[in-house]
Amino acid sequence: MDWLSTNWRTVLDLAVSHLYLAGLPLGVGLVVALPLGWAAKSWSRTYPAIITTTGLLYTIPSLALFVVMPIVLGTKILDPVNVVVAMTIYTVALLVRTVADGLRAVPDHVEQAATAMGYRGLRRLLGVELPLAVPVIASGLRVAAVSNVSIVSIASLIGVSQLGDLLVDGYNRVIWGELVTGIAACVVLALALDLLLVAGTRMLTPWLRAQAGRA
Amino acid sequence: MISSLLSWFTDPASWSGGDGIPSRLLEHVGYTVVVIVLAAAIAVPIGLGVGHTGRARWLVTVANSLRAVPTLGLLFAVALWLGPTIRGALAFTIPSICVLVLLAIPPLLAGTYAGIESVDPAARDAAEGVGMSSLQVLRQVELPNALPLLLSGLRSAVLQVVATATIAAYIGLGGLGRYLVDGIALGDYPTTAGGAILVAVLAVLLDGAIALVQRRVVSPGLRAGSRAVGGRGKDSGNAPVEATDTSLLDDPRVRA
Repeated sequence: MDWLSTNWRTVLDLAVSHLYLAGLPLGVGLVVALPLGWAAKSWSRTYPAIITTTGLLYTIPSLALFVVMPIVLGTKILDPVNVVVAMTIYTVALLVRTVADGLRAVPDHVEQAATAMGYRGLRRLLGVELPLAVPVIASGLRVAAVSNVSIVSIASLIGVSQLGDLLVDGYNRVIWGELVTGIAACVVLALALDLLLVAGTRMLTPWLRAQAGRA
Repeated sequence: MISSLLSWFTDPASWSGGDGIPSRLLEHVGYTVVVIVLAAAIAVPIGLGVGHTGRARWLVTVANSLRAVPTLGLLFAVALWLGPTIRGALAFTIPSICVLVLLAIPPLLAGTYAGIESVDPAARDAAEGVGMSSLQVLRQVELPNALPLLLSGLRSAVLQVVATATIAAYIGLGGLGRYLVDGIALGDYPTTAGGAILVAVLAVLLDGAIALVQRRVVSPGLRAGSRAVGGRGKDSGNAPVEATDTSLLDDPRVRA
């Protein structure tokens, strides 16, 4: 507590960078994953290929991915862009499958009813299928959010600054207050993002609340 | 950058001695095997028990909530706490192994539990109906049915360990992580990148190997597609769209 009361400004600054490094890829990843997941759902022949490729990307350990990123992107080794791109890759890897499965899980009779009502193509996707898939997609986003927050702290080992700095510095100089603050700040950030996503899902799925009310 | 990387890979010195690629690779695989065996010995029986009896589900929830704790922080905290109490070279190894076991438990536990939980109650009832004992039901019906999810839990546990073992090199563990951590510390980019590529390839190969095992040992009737997991049987009553608040609990794929 002593450590925190004298260093809270640093913690706040680092938390902001942490939020940026973990949160931005979450948004970009979702935008990239939506069309990919939709493609995997729509042309079932592409499904195994798309899911396998994104699954393979997810198997690459984070420290390895951070380090290799400059070779792939031609960036500087310390550039935060490496971390953002790496985290976006992980987010996409997690979400493509969820988006595809979420869209696939929309019952046939619902799709048929929507078609009968004149919903077609993009309008049916955006107006009917995507909203119905929100709970599944959101559950994938929650997993991605929590795992992103944890993974981003590893970027401190390659010198990109965020809350992980507290962990590394606390360990190296044996300052328990700093180490514990770092851990707690990461947990709080992960929980905050998670809560935000839960609230967002609730807002986007009013029919689920109506159902719960009836039951 | 790429040419210096190539010359690192082709340099005979990179391939010989205790710091050579073969011995580092062997170390890395060795840690992974030891950790997975220890973690499975703890997590699988608990997962089977919780799934079979339906009691103490909170254990799975607690294990899962561990995932919000940053891996790096957990590793440092345990190393600072246990390290000084252990003498010699093991001062680095034992804390690292402890943390890796701790990290491998949630996916294994969640996979095993979810596997047992997802067994069709009709199959369970039928097994009891033909007079199987509780233990027989578990061994002959629930376990085989739970294998796909159990093995996907194993896959993510292995990935988690392979990935985190590289980070544990920071607190003194051997293995492929040494190239990454030492390379970063010395500003020796070819070594760092070479190590990173080796780790990535190892992770992908191990994942593929378990996927192959999965294909062999899982009963053909249970392969993806023949079950209604939001897949082909999608119009069968309660579609997962309405049924999911799975959140972190059911996705065994979280890693470092």
